[in-house]
Amino acid sequence: MSDEHEHKLEAKSDYTADASSVGASDIDAVPEAELPDQDLYHSHSWWTTYVFSQDAKYIGIQYALTAIGTGLLGLVLSWLMRIQLAFPGLGLLEPAAYYQFVTMHGMIMVIYLLTALFLGGFGNLLIPLMCGSRDMAFPYVNMLSYWAFVVAVLVLLASFFVPGGPTGAGWTLYPPQAITAGTPGSNMGIILMLISLILFVAGFTMGGLNYIITVLQLRARGMTLMRMPLTIWGIFTATVLALLAFPALLVGCLMMTLDSMLGTSFFMPAMVSMGEKLSYDGGSPILFQHLFWFFGHPEVYIVALPAFGIVSDLLSVHARKNIFGYRMMVWAIVGIGALSFFVWAHHMYVSGMNPWFGFFFATTTLIIAVPTALKVYNWIITLWRANIQLTLPMLFSLAFIVTFLNGGLTGLFLGNVTVDVPLSDTYFVVAHFHMVMGIAPILVVFGAIYHWYPLITGRMLNETLGKIHFWVTFVGSYAIYFPMHYQGFVGVPRRYFEIYESPYIETSTLVLNQFITIAALIVGAAQLVFLYNIITSARLGKKSEKNPWKANSLEWHTPQMPPEHGNWGKETPKVYRWAYDYSVPGAKEDYIPQNVPPSEVIGAKVEKT
Amino acid sequence: MDQSSIEKLPKGWKSIPNDLGSDQTAFKGVQWGKAMMWIFLLSDTFIFSCFLISYMKGRASTVVEWPNPSEVFALDFMGVPVPLLLIAIMTFVLITSSGTMALAVKYGYEKNKKMCGWFILLTAIGGLTFVGMQAFEWSKLIHEGVRPWENPFGAPQFGSFFFMITGFHGTHVSIGVIFLFIFARKVFKGDFDTGKRGYFTTMKSDYVAIEILGLYWHFVDLVWVFIFAFFYLW
Repeated sequence: MSDEHEHKLEAKSDYTADASSVGASDIDAVPEAELPDQDLYHSHSWWTTYVFSQDAKYIGIQYALTAIGTGLLGLVLSWLMRIQLAFPGLGLLEPAAYYQFVTMHGMIMVIYLLTALFLGGFGNLLIPLMCGSRDMAFPYVNMLSYWAFVVAVLVLLASFFVPGGPTGAGWTLYPPQAITAGTPGSNMGIILMLISLILFVAGFTMGGLNYIITVLQLRARGMTLMRMPLTIWGIFTATVLALLAFPALLVGCLMMTLDSMLGTSFFMPAMVSMGEKLSYDGGSPILFQHLFWFFGHPEVYIVALPAFGIVSDLLSVHARKNIFGYRMMVWAIVGIGALSFFVWAHHMYVSGMNPWFGFFFATTTLIIAVPTALKVYNWIITLWRANIQLTLPMLFSLAFIVTFLNGGLTGLFLGNVTVDVPLSDTYFVVAHFHMVMGIAPILVVFGAIYHWYPLITGRMLNETLGKIHFWVTFVGSYAIYFPMHYQGFVGVPRRYFEIYESPYIETSTLVLNQFITIAALIVGAAQLVFLYNIITSARLGKKSEKNPWKANSLEWHTPQMPPEHGNWGKETPKVYRWAYDYSVPGAKEDYIPQNVPPSEVIGAKVEKT
Repeated sequence: MDQSSIEKLPKGWKSIPNDLGSDQTAFKGVQWGKAMMWIFLLSDTFIFSCFLISYMKGRASTVVEWPNPSEVFALDFMGVPVPLLLIAIMTFVLITSSGTMALAVKYGYEKNKKMCGWFILLTAIGGLTFVGMQAFEWSKLIHEGVRPWENPFGAPQFGSFFFMITGFHGTHVSIGVIFLFIFARKVFKGDFDTGKRGYFTTMKSDYVAIEILGLYWHFVDLVWVFIFAFFYLW
């Protein structure tokens, strides 16, 4: 870049505090406090401290551990499925068990792991800390939210132990098959699944209201919406989506519960089962698909938006550079969130809709690619000529960009009706959604855990184990999912519990299935390394300094680290800037935390926010 | 934020970017609980919309003819079947209870303990009457052979949707009634004047809670208007 050009850029966007013209008190002015200090709940017994805790940080950790515990079950189920697929001759799984595992794996990973971990876990931990508040707005309701989630998980797990086992209807739970004899778990299993989902929605609503009100009404002095870290924007928008999308799931679950238990026919057409006409008549299975996907598509973004937000922060901190196009990033998050309510029927191209609907939903789906691509460009431009630190969070963030781009591109294939129809229900779809909403968000989860672990425990995670974990997970995921794209192209259908050599199946498929399974087992084993790292580092890890990554956002600037109950000691922080003042020309350090007043960084050419 | 500084803020459309661009709070001077109730009601609106849209879809695509609501919901009055008689009274009672609730909120902010308490009680009694009449209507239909899974007058989905949607709404009303009774007791005991801490939440009581409960109550009444229009008048 020429000198002249550089000079122009400076002149346009920079805001330099000038000590000579104004007094320090003027340039450091922040609006008066609008609210009295928060009336905090203080625990007074072992039960209210460690079990029914009302401290958002603690609830966040409870949420995260429960979600990860449930996710481990989902991981084990995927191993068993993969072994069955690669070596059908072993006869490891009965057909019923395979379908039950597919269903439970999907539901656990999407709802009970990712949704709960991003919103319940990271949301609770980070929202009050990053917004500069002492706690969530309604700590009691927050506690109820967590325990409703625990009950939901227990009901879900209970379905493994009832007669008939858990439901095997696929995670989409489509009626009529979900509650018709012949599908595994069509009696007790499906009912427990539906009840569990209803409990989850109820619990999530309580938590979600907390997150929204805390972000809107409980920020620190000087913390405007456009100074919030993108993590908060991601979690906040995802919560709004959840509060508007989960109602459709709730209604669908309620109606199917009635169909199953009372014999109503909301979703059930007239049917003949085992030679006998069932008592159902006149219902509409397509109605359930609409309700489910009106929830199901925003759900994709409920998982993706927090990941977008978190990864933006990780990239900025570990590349020591401000995020490129902060405002654009915010509006992209909000825009993706809004658009996600208008695309649901692209999951139903083969359900027999009017072709014009396919046209409409393909168009809206492709429009979403615009703000999404914009985000990817901005992440890459953030890295452009940055001081990139190849720390673990950075590695995971880089892996996220590549993986998300990959999954997004296959999304363009599937979003077009004409391309989707032949690819529908093949492994191409499996590969697509695992890349885009499985691997990509989970890579961000890992990056985020490596990043914020010191904030929770005061210790660093082991770097070597982390590198092993990263490389095996990253390379391994591609070994698993790249071949699946090919399998999809040659027409291998998903949800078949055994695939033998036959005139309809390419021989290469069988070899690839074994290759994928071995890769999956190795990647699974790498997660055990990660767990070992998390458990042992909590006690034995290297002590972390106070702000180990030299980050700007408020959570690293509490008086104690890990932060205490009430977070901020005597006074909540005052915020003077956005969270992205890294490598600012004219500043002594390469970062200026959000709570550093302008008078302390005279001469730094900071962005005006 | 106190009242005088709120009054100094810009008014009308200009206030929206101004408030959203400010720090600390996006809704100036709005208590957390009140903002939470509004957002919860938005979410609840989606639930009821899903129910009503499902009902429309079910009604539009059913294979058996839909029964005529003015016959099914008629009530014999002195030997003459009057269509929608009971529903009209129910609706009147529920809408009236919205009025008494509004008065309770007004007296609450005036710290008029006695009037506030009585109007809350009156509202609760209105809600209870509504639920009672709904129970009567349910039992009448059940006597006539309508069940969630069957219906002698036509499409079985009529019974399914009727019991599910009115049941879900009735649950909302019942929950509201329970809270109204609890609040009436709290008002008469003077908890809102002394700022007594809640048994569960340990947060201080404040008269704004009555307005928050009022928001919920008005919402439940409004939803009823839609159910009334779509189920009984269509």
